[in-house]
Amino acid sequence: MSLLAEGTLVDPGLLHRTPLHALHVELGARMVPFAGYDMPVQYPTGILAEHRHTRAAAGLFDVSHMGQVFLRGAGAVVELERLVPGDVRDLAPGAIRYTMFTAEDGGILDDLMVTRGPDHLFLVVNAGRKVEDVAHLRARIAGAVTVEERPDLALLALQGPAAARVLDRLAPGAGRMTFMTQAGLSIAGIACTVSRSGYTGEDGFEISVPGDAALGLARRLLAETEVRPIGLGARDSLRLEAGLCLHGHDIDGTTTPIEAGLAWTIAKRRRQEGGFPGADIVLRQLREGPSRRRVGLVPEGQAPAREGTEILDAAGLLLGKITSGGFGPTLGGPLAMGYVAARAAAFGTKVQLMVRGTAKAAAVAPMPFVPHRYAKP
Amino acid sequence: MSARRYTKDHEWIIVDGDIATVGITDFAQEQLGDVVFVDLPAIGKEVTKGGEAAVVESVKAASEVYAPIAGTVVAVNDGLAGEPAKVNAEPFGGGWFMKLKVKDPSELDGLLDEAAYRAFVAESH
Repeated sequence: MSLLAEGTLVDPGLLHRTPLHALHVELGARMVPFAGYDMPVQYPTGILAEHRHTRAAAGLFDVSHMGQVFLRGAGAVVELERLVPGDVRDLAPGAIRYTMFTAEDGGILDDLMVTRGPDHLFLVVNAGRKVEDVAHLRARIAGAVTVEERPDLALLALQGPAAARVLDRLAPGAGRMTFMTQAGLSIAGIACTVSRSGYTGEDGFEISVPGDAALGLARRLLAETEVRPIGLGARDSLRLEAGLCLHGHDIDGTTTPIEAGLAWTIAKRRRQEGGFPGADIVLRQLREGPSRRRVGLVPEGQAPAREGTEILDAAGLLLGKITSGGFGPTLGGPLAMGYVAARAAAFGTKVQLMVRGTAKAAAVAPMPFVPHRYAKP
Repeated sequence: MSARRYTKDHEWIIVDGDIATVGITDFAQEQLGDVVFVDLPAIGKEVTKGGEAAVVESVKAASEVYAPIAGTVVAVNDGLAGEPAKVNAEPFGGGWFMKLKVKDPSELDGLLDEAAYRAFVAESH
């Protein structure tokens, strides 16, 4: 059997460790290299149980490998808007927005969350792109704006239908926050910056905490009966069911926000004014429609179709490729997302997936595959 | 019935007369994690020693399962279609993959016995 070579190709001694590394090991996690970090892919209960627990109660994720960056200075909003198509200017204090760094050709350098803080912008970027993102910011941001990377901060995500009940118990008021807002809260006496956001499709929080307080916070959260630790394996199956993109797979330098179905992140003012890298291409695709689109795919039967699988039309012509694919534990079957020629992007379009040399029937399906359950006001 | 024998690729095989039953080991299923799909060969397929005979899919990834010896597929475990998690729960029992008509019994001699397989796993992982 061809077992995965996880953990065998990289010397674990060369990998970064989050402040929760020892806790993961203590909890019996299987550790794997991910974006230069030694991270838990699963705990002893396994990915299916972790996935289902997050949808049923609350899961605690260590996402401290992600990059946390502060922009400070009077011109921060204007300078960031020169790099992203999202509307940062009209972001209310304490509000969070999802956007992306675009390249001159309209490709997506990374996707990120931006929060307007009292005297700064707070960015959370992908682990695998944070070095490039910070270099990009430092090279492109002008004036008296400072770019402050914060490796001293850890990031925990508490996700699931019980997350608000749990956090409100430890930080009264947390349950009254609404989706995509941020507040400074004391959780069991630990000063944290709490965002009502996540990457699972469930209600939940992302908690930025000083690295030296992260272990205490994680233990305190895990002491609540609803909360179990969740690894990167379930994080991936949860976000795939939620139809959320993973940079480096579903979006990257070769895909534009419009092809990726992320036009909703570009507000009216930015569409009118442009002024971000690749605006000509992105706005033209918005007007005329892109030649290909990211779509959801549901294979018939139970065989998963993985990343890289070719997508063909009924006549056998190549439409595109799967960018993320696997098994959806809540959906109870295989699911995928990928790019297809625009002519095949309508829901219900019948396609064929070439799985190990055999054409398997599938249909273009709406995303999310599992409905989002965010705490929208 | 012969004693169970093993490959270094973590398949097991038991021979009864000229029919061999093949599956993956407890170590293999533990490494894979939750099995969600098993792609089994067609009845009548000729498999070669070390050749791909089946595919087992976990939540994370697909892995090939190799035939420990050459033979012809005479039966597959249809129960895995509805209950792939049997590979995790009963890797040496209800989670079997296929039965082969043995082509050359001498190929079994090169496989590991239980003690040798245990030693191999302990030393390499």
